[in-house]
Amino acid sequence: MTASVSRPASGASNGPAIATNDLAKRFGRTVALDGLTMTVERGEVFGFLGPNGAGKTTAVKLLLGLARPTGGTARVLGAPIGDRAIRSRIGYLPELFRYQPWLRGREVLQLHAALARLPRSRRRAEIAAALGLVGLTDRAESLVGTYSKGMQQRLGLAVALLGSPELVFLDEPTSALDPVGRLDVRAIIRAARDRGTTVFLNSHLLTEVERVCDRVAIVDRGKLLAAGRLDELLGSPVLRMRVTDVAPAVIAALAAFGRVETEGDRLTIDPIEPSRVPDVVAAIVATGGRVHDVDAGRGSLEDRFVALITAGPPTEGGPPPGPAA
Amino acid sequence: MITIAILTVREAARRRILWLLVGLTIGSVALTGWGVERLATLAREGGSDELEIRIGVSQILILVAFMFSFVVAMTAAFLAAPAIAGDLESGVALAMLARPIRRADLVIGRWLGLCVVLAGYAAASGLLEIAVVAFLTGHSPPQPLVAVAFLAGQGIVILTLALLLGPRLPSVGAGAVCVVLFGLAWMAGVFAGIARLFEVEVLATVARATRWLLPTDGLWRGVVYALEPPLVIAGAGAAIGPMAEANPFYASAPPPLPFVAWSVIWVVVVLGLAVWSLSRREL
Repeated sequence: MTASVSRPASGASNGPAIATNDLAKRFGRTVALDGLTMTVERGEVFGFLGPNGAGKTTAVKLLLGLARPTGGTARVLGAPIGDRAIRSRIGYLPELFRYQPWLRGREVLQLHAALARLPRSRRRAEIAAALGLVGLTDRAESLVGTYSKGMQQRLGLAVALLGSPELVFLDEPTSALDPVGRLDVRAIIRAARDRGTTVFLNSHLLTEVERVCDRVAIVDRGKLLAAGRLDELLGSPVLRMRVTDVAPAVIAALAAFGRVETEGDRLTIDPIEPSRVPDVVAAIVATGGRVHDVDAGRGSLEDRFVALITAGPPTEGGPPPGPAA
Repeated sequence: MITIAILTVREAARRRILWLLVGLTIGSVALTGWGVERLATLAREGGSDELEIRIGVSQILILVAFMFSFVVAMTAAFLAAPAIAGDLESGVALAMLARPIRRADLVIGRWLGLCVVLAGYAAASGLLEIAVVAFLTGHSPPQPLVAVAFLAGQGIVILTLALLLGPRLPSVGAGAVCVVLFGLAWMAGVFAGIARLFEVEVLATVARATRWLLPTDGLWRGVVYALEPPLVIAGAGAAIGPMAEANPFYASAPPPLPFVAWSVIWVVVVLGLAVWSLSRREL
């Protein structure tokens, strides 16, 4: 699943890859996207998270010019949304990935190379690289109609990454893949970022986002609930331990490391400075305490996600979500 | 646009249904050729002179052309109706329209590709039939290329309409609507002739308007005129006069130039509407 791929042909490289300002979309009375304001910097992997129906796909379609906003503005690679020329520098894997079943895999890529106006001299090499990237070289001459769903999604990924675009929108890129395929996709996303490609990853799979994204935005019912770096979103690290034979005086002394809570043999220090975890363990052991289990880390994205979704969108006049950049 | 047109031609070439149609057409040509040859032979044996035989063959050829006209219209309707609608429904269009192409490129590219397929089919089937009949009976129509051009034009009118309706209606429904409208336009042509004969002005006006609203019957008369020996035209005119115009297998004159020009404008306008319709659509 590796191949040499050229670096994105950078156009105007100033400014963010995506900047939206109060972007909105309504379908009649239904609000699909409600005042989305965010920035995606160039060269980062940006996770756009939300439950089904949150407005993620609508946002991508607006940014690609496939649907028209009913409010707000946005710029993609420096151009206003809907700008046709800019699309030659963008790749897209739709959530509903379907390609002509009567074409061979290589022919689908040839079609998209022509539609993307890749220089003819580069097409053969770019197609070979894209096929290698997603592990479809051996099936390149088979009809797409004979591909499994997972293979079709890999083909879609190859189509999206064809020609090393500056910006790639991946809408649920692993929905049809097995665990090994998901691992491959994460490697492909990281490799794309290493080449300088900005990746906009639309997903509701939290582990996927947690493992590859530099920054994340969480949306629900069309509203942006939170955005920022993962460590910002997840908050400070928490130390969770299972301990016995710890004297109350020692527990009181541990308050010097952070807020201490105990429940049975469970002891939690929240927050904890990561570099001080060994000191906490040493302090307990030195006073005769026994340490059975130590877990030092941030809360999971899932915890944060569930908390945000359960709390719902911010009320009118309430505090706005933090800036996305 | 050219990329989409080439893609459309390639799609048609890879569809089994088109090759089935080609096979059926070759079978039809063989069967009708054999039938015409047998009739001509029987007529000769019965003492008919060559002129009578050629007139008879010319009329059978027009009937066969009508069969092909119907096949071309059906093919146009059911190839074009799902062409863009299918891309939209399946999601194929999403990945393509995210590329630096206009939606007009998709519509016009699809239209161009379908025109090539349909005109190719009309030309191949029409000229093959004419060649087989000429070889077996010695009768050649006066303007075979013009006949085939009008046959293709009729198909292009239907495919353009199907391309407009396809994304707005269920594909099969859009195809069916096109075929029904094709039949109505043909009937309007018959009514127009009858109305003129009996001087029913209202009916004549409605029938005339229908011909301009959907120009397929006017183009069909172009096929007929190009296949009709001049002797038949003169003879029918002298024998039954205006009544001949009610016969959908007879034309006393080629379609007037303004009508042909209108047919071209009609196609451009409907194609423009198809582009406008897709441009407004949310994907």
